[in-house]
Amino acid sequence: MAWTRKVLRVDLTNGTCKPEPLNMEWAQQYLGQRGLATKYFVAEVDPKVDPLSPANKLIMTTGPLTGTPASTGGRYSVVTKGALTGAIACSNSGGYFGAELKFAGWDMIIFEGKSPKPVYLSIENDKAELKDASHLWGKTTWQTEEGIKKAHQDPQVRICSIGRAGENGVMYACIVNDLHRAAGRSGVGTVMGSKNLKAVAVRGTLGVSGLKDAKAFIAAAAAGKKVLAENAVTGQGLPTYGTQVLMNVINEMGALPTRNHRDVQFEEARKISAEAMAEKRPTDGKSHLVTNAACFGCTIACGRISKIDETHFSVVNKPEYWGASGGLEYEAAWALGAANGVGDLEALQYANLICNEDGFDPISFGATVGAAMELYELGILKKEDIGMDAPFGSAKALCELAQMTAKGEGFGKILGLGSARMCEKYGKPELSMSVKKQEFPAYDSRGIQGMGLTYATSNRGACHLRSYTVASEVLGIPVKTDPLVTEGKAELVKAFQDATAVFDSAGLCIFTSFAWSLADIQPQIDAACEGGWTMEKLGEVGERIYNMERLFNNAAGFTAKDDDLPPRLKTEPAKTGPAKGLVNGIDKMRPEYYQVRGWDANGVPTKDTLGRLKL
Amino acid sequence: MRVTFKLFAMLQDYLPLEARMNNALALDLPEGTTIQQVIERFALPQKSCHLVLIDGNFVPPAERDGRRLKDGETLAIWPPIAGG
Repeated sequence: MAWTRKVLRVDLTNGTCKPEPLNMEWAQQYLGQRGLATKYFVAEVDPKVDPLSPANKLIMTTGPLTGTPASTGGRYSVVTKGALTGAIACSNSGGYFGAELKFAGWDMIIFEGKSPKPVYLSIENDKAELKDASHLWGKTTWQTEEGIKKAHQDPQVRICSIGRAGENGVMYACIVNDLHRAAGRSGVGTVMGSKNLKAVAVRGTLGVSGLKDAKAFIAAAAAGKKVLAENAVTGQGLPTYGTQVLMNVINEMGALPTRNHRDVQFEEARKISAEAMAEKRPTDGKSHLVTNAACFGCTIACGRISKIDETHFSVVNKPEYWGASGGLEYEAAWALGAANGVGDLEALQYANLICNEDGFDPISFGATVGAAMELYELGILKKEDIGMDAPFGSAKALCELAQMTAKGEGFGKILGLGSARMCEKYGKPELSMSVKKQEFPAYDSRGIQGMGLTYATSNRGACHLRSYTVASEVLGIPVKTDPLVTEGKAELVKAFQDATAVFDSAGLCIFTSFAWSLADIQPQIDAACEGGWTMEKLGEVGERIYNMERLFNNAAGFTAKDDDLPPRLKTEPAKTGPAKGLVNGIDKMRPEYYQVRGWDANGVPTKDTLGRLKL
Repeated sequence: MRVTFKLFAMLQDYLPLEARMNNALALDLPEGTTIQQVIERFALPQKSCHLVLIDGNFVPPAERDGRRLKDGETLAIWPPIAGG
């Protein structure tokens, strides 16, 4: 069956693992993965809970299409209250871990409490047990994967784990699976570390069976793959150049946040772009990019696998980093590069490798370095505070700070707080480029107005993966809209937010939405799952999920005041490019958005809205 | 007049070899040259000219025939792409 109908509940305090049936009534209302796990979470956890206390829970969850032959059907998500944000968190990852969890027969794992000592969860189909992880504590994610595979004598066991960042309380620690895929944002790895949970190792041999109508599902999945293959973006652009192809276009449009959003165009953007990754280096005659890569079941294969220049200062005498490994993707390249003015591709890949190896979010890390560099340039942070000179553009500082953050050493501990807490500490909270304490991704909202509203109203803090209006405002998908105006953006953002919630709840990758609409995934979901999954039902589920997350955040203490942007984006106009002279119009868009959402002036869903959505 | 002409992603193969390292080429064009005329001069496949920007501003397909380039402008073109 699309759902395995089984939940594994792991009590870390008492060391027990118990199966229980999936709530199928909720599955009909929330589909799976992001929606369904969040329903479990909000039903079981006090919204005021301290994210790092044992009372917080952490859910690893698959969708009904995870593990099926649907293209990109390999996703899993981690739902918790975010360490970085204090808001609902749902971080999504590809790779192979999610499908393996499904093959072992589980829709989700609910972790509760806190283990008295480091442990990892071992799952082999129905058999689940907590094992001692004392010997793995202090190890990187790469060492942890290797250690568990050796201990299990099984190279095919799939593992997600935290690195030293998650152990050391870096507030934006990730959970890394399959070496370089990650549930990356909001500090889900920090929560995992607070529970003394080092890793989850899964081996599943049960497959996915019992699809509602297997013949119809295979036909619908094949039709979906044909659409992806024939679409120029998912069939050619993404596999060839990856997400990094955006670097030049976003820069040309004047929407590439540069030097902590002081500028909107980076003069060295081309040096860190997809085009540069494919060129031969003068040092060794090899290109940075080795090949593309796909996650489980994916027919797009946007992932980048690269080899760093062995002569680069960051890896001289460090052969452990010379092999082919994941990256660079656009967000990491931007955050580690343009956000702090570094145009050294090899340095960015080195910092990216450290982020993967020790499990911390390169977006939040890179943006926090950018804020630190601005504090340094303002004279607020001195060389002796940081332990080195750290002006904008210093590749050396970037690489050293990545190492220090991974190990929790020196100023790395401060960087591990994230930009909001760090800037507050130094009396300059306005220099944190974040919403709800989560750092912006790679689009400046002065040049792409809808992204300002997206960031401000994202339920997990600033994020591009809750409503990617860049697709419409920049790329013309599904239709081109003007990025420089606020008109129509409230409706656009709501539509993207609700549709994204459906993709995230199905077990599919959001990148399919460059070619697929809900009309393409509806036949796949309906053929796989019982319950009559019409377009109307899916639309309602997406809106219900978004409002459910909002209600949790409101109960956690977030208000309309938190749906805002840093003053820089509202008062300092873009200096160059098409948006020159513009600030973001969030104060105009926010009330329009609340109205479109059916929320009151304080951003609270009205009774009518709650009734309509059966919340 | 002189304009800067940029091609990216798969379209960069239509640039002379020496221009590919910067994805950019300086073009001396007769006054009044349109975007469409540049596209034809470089034999770019029409369906690959998805994102057409002048100084970063999008030019819709229907306007490319009539939009005349001006001295000092930058014309940049991408095939259908996406990321995130």
